[in-house]
Amino acid sequence: MTSPLTRPRRKNPVLRTRLPNLPPGGRSRVALGLTAAAALGRFELQCCRDCGKVQYPPSEACQVCLSERLQWREQSGAGELLAVTELAHSNDLFFRERLPWRLGMVRLDCAVTVVAHLHGDCAAAGARVRVEAVLDRSGQGVLIAMPDKETAHMADDPQLREFTCDPKYRKVLVTDGRTAVGQAIVHSLIRAGADLIWVGQSEPWKQFPGIEALRTLPQVSLVPLDLSDSEAVSELCAEIGGRVDIVINNAELHRPFGIAARAGIEAARAEMDINYFGLLRLAQGLGPALRARGADGQSSAVAWVNLLSIYALSNYPPHGTFSASKAAALSLAQCLRAEMRPAGVRVINVFPGPIDDEWNQTVLPPKVSAAALATAITRALQQGIEDVFPGDVAQEWLARWRDNPKALERELAG
Amino acid sequence: MDKRSARRGYEGVVAVVPITVPYVRYSIRTAHWFLARVLAELIRASGIDKASIDGLCVSSFTLAPDTAIGLTQHLGVSPRWLDHIPLGGASGVVALRRAARAVQCGDAQVVACISGDTNHVDSFRLTLSNFSSFARDAVYPYGAGGPNASFAFLTANYMREFGLERADFGKLCVAQRDNALRYPQALFKRPLGLQEYLDARPIAEPLRLFDCVMPCAGAEGFLVMSADRARSLGLAAVQVLGTIERHNSYPDDPVQVRGGWAMDRDDLYAQAGRGPQDVDLMQAYDDYPVISLMQIEDLGFCQKGEGARFIREHSFTWDGNFPFNTSGGQLSVGQAGAAGGYLGMIEALRQLTDAAADRQVAKAQTALVSGFGMINFDRGLASGAALLGRA
Ligand SMILES: [Zn+2]
Repeated sequence: MTSPLTRPRRKNPVLRTRLPNLPPGGRSRVALGLTAAAALGRFELQCCRDCGKVQYPPSEACQVCLSERLQWREQSGAGELLAVTELAHSNDLFFRERLPWRLGMVRLDCAVTVVAHLHGDCAAAGARVRVEAVLDRSGQGVLIAMPDKETAHMADDPQLREFTCDPKYRKVLVTDGRTAVGQAIVHSLIRAGADLIWVGQSEPWKQFPGIEALRTLPQVSLVPLDLSDSEAVSELCAEIGGRVDIVINNAELHRPFGIAARAGIEAARAEMDINYFGLLRLAQGLGPALRARGADGQSSAVAWVNLLSIYALSNYPPHGTFSASKAAALSLAQCLRAEMRPAGVRVINVFPGPIDDEWNQTVLPPKVSAAALATAITRALQQGIEDVFPGDVAQEWLARWRDNPKALERELAG
Repeated sequence: MDKRSARRGYEGVVAVVPITVPYVRYSIRTAHWFLARVLAELIRASGIDKASIDGLCVSSFTLAPDTAIGLTQHLGVSPRWLDHIPLGGASGVVALRRAARAVQCGDAQVVACISGDTNHVDSFRLTLSNFSSFARDAVYPYGAGGPNASFAFLTANYMREFGLERADFGKLCVAQRDNALRYPQALFKRPLGLQEYLDARPIAEPLRLFDCVMPCAGAEGFLVMSADRARSLGLAAVQVLGTIERHNSYPDDPVQVRGGWAMDRDDLYAQAGRGPQDVDLMQAYDDYPVISLMQIEDLGFCQKGEGARFIREHSFTWDGNFPFNTSGGQLSVGQAGAAGGYLGMIEALRQLTDAAADRQVAKAQTALVSGFGMINFDRGLASGAALLGRA
């Protein structure tokens, strides 16, 4: 049984912080199919469209009929644990620092044998297990065998925590506490066991609904933060940078216009200043500190969450400038992800459909509620998912975009 | 065993001059150096000149970026028959059978079969991380334990399925260490007791220290030529009675409990006209003891699953009732990369030519050499075996 995590003791400032090492990240191109699915929280294997054979490890041809028509399809992961080992020795620095390390060989019900990391609550060989695909600290998809039934404190398994970004006992910065989304994120993080939450507040002299309720929460510390103000951003980063484990950048500016409906560029510039340059300012301020603490014990720096929009994938003309600013932020987030990778800090991009707020007033439902969006973000942290598409609209747009991006462009043009 | 093999035999072809370039734990030399040393020794020991070697067969893990062809220029040879066999532990058997056919059919007259690797301080890790694309994609990211992790699974499964205990594997390891004490090239010079084996530090449970080979540097080699040529050179020769090889056998087995030997052993014995009861000594590929046992079972010395009883009823030292890995095997000599796939072949050639000094198996007439190699993903893919007879 997993022993529940305990609140980490205050760090001795004299001790050297362990430098991050990554697990082996080399993969063949075809194997990145596993990573692509794991980034979305899905376990997919190659399946032959001609003979139906499921195969693993990934390859360029069907091992039965030699067909090249291979498709990644979602798997249940159900299987039998055939054998267990516990490594007491490893040739890799990342694992050497984490020994002993448990592994299992699993026969999936789809007649495929896999090697997987092993959750500590999996029973002995012969037990039923459920294999999941998760991202490891190098950002690559790997398999982990989980007990087939929920166990107590399951998320606290030390090996599992090497793959997830669980907020439990971690310190989080939420960049904007004024919005319903921001406040829902804070409440969700508290339910997930976050240790301390700095909540950003621009224009602190103004009263926003819900802010006072946040102020009364023992885990919450309200901090002045305006992402359009370079100096203010660096000041805050200098103050809390060495302690932040998770950044959730939910600050955004949203004005519903395209090109023709409004003269001048002021509104669009303001959107860019928060949605794009705000991310850049924050990343320059906090990035180095997070990178330095990627392997800082039980509660290391683990994740950076960007609240983007499904409009970042393909421009939604009625909200054209907002879409453009989110597309810019998406591109920058990919850069941030590459720069965070050597430290094992995961960059999670959240692509909600229209949020049920005042700026989407004229957008038809379904819309994502603040609470649902907050839950999706916390869940992504707990499960280590990298790209999150909360809400039915986002899921549908994603499916259309993956199927044919040009078709989606025409459809969105109305 | 009266089933006739449809394949031709290897009449008139022999293997001669088993050579070992002394093993060292680490070396600053390259694989090229070790392969040059073994070829030089083959020439010196056989008394033929370099130009007479018209066939060359090479196995090595650390020769990169070169292969056999590049090596011809390093060694200054102009063979008319060249092979590069990247089959790890099956290399020795496969080299012998291919070279034997080349000589038998006249494509070459004298084939030098050589195998060797260096071992720098970091070369084992580098070999592991790039061993195969499946290993890189689906094994190495899982703890980077290398073959230890993969064989831990096979061993754990074997123990669970067939009721083996660690002490059974320990008996094989202890006997091999006894054998190694009589083999001067062995890197392990101290006796090993069963308790010491059982209490050794864990590597990847159920594997502990003495279940795992120690990587080292070294080289092995032998010559294949006609019996007539060997006789005229005055070389002690060994007959090739029968050989098999098989790759990626039983791909539908969920976890490996058998290898290609189980598919082909009848053919092997039929080609040789001999059976398991005729085998005086066995040299198996022993990167881990579970693989030794798999070969004993699959080559017909007992039924699958009866290995525990077989081990308990036999003794495996050079003077025991089942002489096994009589130079100590890789577990007690060291694993010099691909040369590990030649170790048993070289020892069998010595035993059948009375060159095994104070570990000589009395009245050895027939030897069985078995090879196993290349754990690509979850199982070893290559298997092979050869029956050799005193000429
Ligand atoms: Zn197929």
